[in-house]
Amino acid sequence: MPAFVSNEPLVKISDLNFTYDLRPVLSGINMTIPRGKVVAIMGQSGCGKTTTLRLIGGQLRPTQGEVRFGGKVIHELDSDDLYAMRRRMGMLFQFGALFTDMSVFDNVAFQMREHTNLSEEMIRDLVLLKLNAVGLRGAQNMMPSELSGGMARRVALARAITLDPLLMMYDEPFTGLDPITMGVIGQLIRQLNDALGGSSIIVTHDVQESLQIVDYVYFMADGKVVAEGTPDEIRASDKAYVHQFVWGEFDGPVPFQYPSAPYRDQIFGATHA
Amino acid sequence: MLEQAATLLRGLGRRVTGRIWRLGFASRFLLATLLYSGTSFRRIFLTIREIYFTGVQSLIIILVSGLFVGMVLGLQGYDTLQRYGSSEALGILVALSLVRELGPVVSALLFASRAGSAITAEIGLMKATEQLSAMEMMAVNPIARVVAPRFWAGVISMPLLAALFSAMGIFGGYLVGVVLIGVDEGSFWSQMQASVDFREDIVNGVIKSVVFGILVSWIAVFEGYDSEPTAEGVSGATTRTVVTSSLAILAADFILTAFMFRGV
Repeated sequence: MPAFVSNEPLVKISDLNFTYDLRPVLSGINMTIPRGKVVAIMGQSGCGKTTTLRLIGGQLRPTQGEVRFGGKVIHELDSDDLYAMRRRMGMLFQFGALFTDMSVFDNVAFQMREHTNLSEEMIRDLVLLKLNAVGLRGAQNMMPSELSGGMARRVALARAITLDPLLMMYDEPFTGLDPITMGVIGQLIRQLNDALGGSSIIVTHDVQESLQIVDYVYFMADGKVVAEGTPDEIRASDKAYVHQFVWGEFDGPVPFQYPSAPYRDQIFGATHA
Repeated sequence: MLEQAATLLRGLGRRVTGRIWRLGFASRFLLATLLYSGTSFRRIFLTIREIYFTGVQSLIIILVSGLFVGMVLGLQGYDTLQRYGSSEALGILVALSLVRELGPVVSALLFASRAGSAITAEIGLMKATEQLSAMEMMAVNPIARVVAPRFWAGVISMPLLAALFSAMGIFGGYLVGVVLIGVDEGSFWSQMQASVDFREDIVNGVIKSVVFGILVSWIAVFEGYDSEPTAEGVSGATTRTVVTSSLAILAADFILTAFMFRGV
């Protein structure tokens, strides 16, 4: 049986470590992304969430450990196999990353023109299908500069699903959106995942929106997984970090103050302390 | 005191090794660009589109500058030559100065400022807005799809622009020398025709402009690809493209001239 239709998890991260400029960014990460599920990776900015996504996409190489996609170790693939694997992945970047010199239509058609021999008529039909799925069929002739933030995100979503990927990765999909657009994007992520029958990973710090649509959550802090569970388990968690994050508390394990010298010393000088 | 000297030396060493490391990286980048150039020729429209942006859109600045440079050469050349009673040699002076030196060099300097900076800024902004990462994640190699067509467009455009610069310059020299000052038209053209050698002068000028085209395009795409993905990073990379390209053009010009025209 081919690896892509087996029952093993689509993505398996084992003992993953990543160091950048001698600074450890990720240490000992273990995660499992089952088929058909939407999994969120949450945590503060700079905790290593996006780095984890880039390691799954093969854009970075782990210092230690491995990421398996469909049973294959990503960092052991040569460049041809890596590109072949990426055709089965889709990624939505934080601000869409649309190609600014192409129209909405051409952005969505990009992958089909690059990777398939489909006729222009066929590509047109498929692009309209994808744009319809995100509610932007009417915007096909617009340029990215004419789109609002939410529309750009939806076009990028249509572009990411053009080749019906097995794995969708979302990098902060809710950042900077109004509540209505946020709800729309959230529902689209869930619906597209269920329609495509694939798996999705959402990297986010938007707790309330994400907990409504995901099946499982990993919490990260300082490059480590500090908690995990279903949305209900996370809401009910009594772990101090999770509680502070989920309920947006002012102070807690993540202190309000950035580490610094004692306030009194800095104001009055060390001699007055 | 000793500590300070050691710190200074360490800083100097770091800067030097940093520069060497970057030069090595740029060379590997050029190699990768050449390696992934297949797409630029298989899908020639990608390259033609870039030739339009880099070459065609540089035409105005190249043609106008060429005309003025030629006109100045006509004025200055006549002023010097008539002192020795050989003003009819103006055609030779204008043509040789342009096809051997000024055509390739000045058009390359203008190309670096007009097109090189634009290439760097475009690639740098694509990097800063994650368009290159998005392309990679869509299994499309950005070096093949974005970098190589721009590189080859620059290499192809440069000799054509230099030729147009020289042609416009000669026309400018003719306007000033023959039409305005009244140098004999027959001598102007016939002496030029008799003295400008195809192999020695024109081919060598074309070789120079091809080398400058490679240098400017390489520096422009590399600086864009290697820029920090921030507004400051892109602006710094754009400046570096113009400065480094200009220095590289002038240095390469000296080396090429030394090889091409010794003893002639």
